[in-house]
Amino acid sequence: MNAGIPLSYFLILAAVMFFTGIYGFLTRRNLITILMSVELILNSVNINFLALNRYLFPHKLEGFFFSLFIITVAAAEAAVAIALIINIYRRFTTINVEDVNIMKY
Amino acid sequence: MTLNQLMFILFASIIVVFSILTVTSRRILRAAVYLLFVLISTAGLYFMLNYAFLAAVQLTLYAGGIVVLIIFSILLTSHISLKFEPVEWKKSLFSALAAIAGALITIITILDFTFSATNEAAREVNMRLVGKSLLSVGSDGYILPFEVISVLLLAAMVAAIIIAKKGGPKSTDTQTSNYQ
Repeated sequence: MNAGIPLSYFLILAAVMFFTGIYGFLTRRNLITILMSVELILNSVNINFLALNRYLFPHKLEGFFFSLFIITVAAAEAAVAIALIINIYRRFTTINVEDVNIMKY
Repeated sequence: MTLNQLMFILFASIIVVFSILTVTSRRILRAAVYLLFVLISTAGLYFMLNYAFLAAVQLTLYAGGIVVLIIFSILLTSHISLKFEPVEWKKSLFSALAAIAGALITIITILDFTFSATNEAAREVNMRLVGKSLLSVGSDGYILPFEVISVLLLAAMVAAIIIAKKGGPKSTDTQTSNYQ
């Protein structure tokens, strides 16, 4: 189903997505939007793993299982991060990263 | 242009446009919905790469689970019509410069590199193979990461419950008056 599409197209798409996530991570101030940028980054890595697995090593399954585990880790990370965010909101009534600075200095 | 390429262009443009909208949208709920579009198109790419099982996992776990979790937490923590202040131009400019520079370097490297594929026959990834590989040892077995990931999931679940639970030792804290 991937006939006619070079591998580099997938990799370039993943790179664009990754650096969009980086941009969001650097500019956003809300904790939830930062979490969403992290999800973007993880997804682009998954695309990379799967494209390389399919094009270069179609007889193996390493990339497949790596992305399966990445998806699982992302789910666990999202659950813990959202629990932390809700706890932070209860304490500070804000989830703006610049207002949550009680441990600074 | 074949149908494959057309589908790839469609998915790729959806991913690029909506991921940029995800990180720039000033309404948080819209950003979450744009993220949902990105995740669904990623599942489409997995279907194109012939990894149907992983595409299904992506749809159920990411699009179904994580996005719903994110939308729930948005609704719990901010007003639905909240609009962010625009990012200061300096921060935006330098972040964009860093991101574009990184992307350029990566893309140039990718285009420069010649990938050499193996001549081995492709392997059909069906459910039986996935299950067998996850539960076997040896060169094609992944039982150790499988076990590690199960322990991690259990730990994450317990941690999420403990952290988000009300009361406990934190209730003696008098940091803010509105904390119960």
